[in-house]
Amino acid sequence: MRKLLIWLPLALFLAFFGLFASGLLKPDDRIITSKLVGQRLPSFSLPAAASDRPALASAQLVTGKPRLLNIFASWCVPCAAEAPQLMALKQAGVEIDAIAIRDARADVDQFLNRYGNPYSRIGLDARSSVQIALGSSGVPESFIIDGKGRIAYQHVGDIRADDVAMILQRMEEAR
Amino acid sequence: MKALFALLALMLSAPVFAQSALPPAPYADRQIADPALERKAKALMETIRCLTCQSQSIADSNASMAADMRSQIREWIMAGEEPEHIRTWLIQRYGDWVSYEPTADPVLWPLWGAPLLLIGLGLLLLRGRIKGRNRS
Repeated sequence: MRKLLIWLPLALFLAFFGLFASGLLKPDDRIITSKLVGQRLPSFSLPAAASDRPALASAQLVTGKPRLLNIFASWCVPCAAEAPQLMALKQAGVEIDAIAIRDARADVDQFLNRYGNPYSRIGLDARSSVQIALGSSGVPESFIIDGKGRIAYQHVGDIRADDVAMILQRMEEAR
Repeated sequence: MKALFALLALMLSAPVFAQSALPPAPYADRQIADPALERKAKALMETIRCLTCQSQSIADSNASMAADMRSQIREWIMAGEEPEHIRTWLIQRYGDWVSYEPTADPVLWPLWGAPLLLIGLGLLLLRGRIKGRNRS
């Protein structure tokens, strides 16, 4: 017994070493998903963020057909990178609305002029309050809202070219 | 030489933060006038994790989203909301991840149990020693 006990500290050391090493070597997953996926969209009402698009309220996202809700900002670089993919989705018949985070109307107008405007409605969330209520942790993010107003899917980060087919598939599933 | 210049240029360049140009929300960096309420809000903010810089609390973070959360929390506290209620509301959206306050969740039982176990083990060892000494 005593002989075995002598090895206990070493065994403990190796166990902890293994634990820390595996923690260090594991790829870092920093994506925080919303726990509201599968639940009802929280209700909100936002003023218009752009000059030529109407304001956005949560009721307008519940139309009996799935819609894509894009969270973006004119100051966000990946949002610009995502613009062509949103255009492609729009051309494929997806209805897209947006919430602009901490933005100003002139900046949003300029952003849309430069990168295109796939949105039907754009709400201005000047103080991130709707973003927080949605459980969204950054820009860009996209939510699929099904016809009954349930959050069917959350896409964290920009929609890449090879995500477009998957998003279309998810839109179909949310029907 | 070129590499040296590149290095110097890198050292001089300012980091670029992709954050909004809007002024911060009203209560992001302003305390509540009532010190008791401010203490309540501050205690909560120190245990809410920032979503942008993920190892800081929103009280420590300069991220614009953390500033917006601070302002919102202060406004809720001023409206009479209880800190634990706000924490629950945030956990419903972001999961346990967002709170630094350990819970009584079964996953954490080893964390709470370990000190008791170690103290027990220590007492057992101590008893053995004392007994051994008395005998000799």
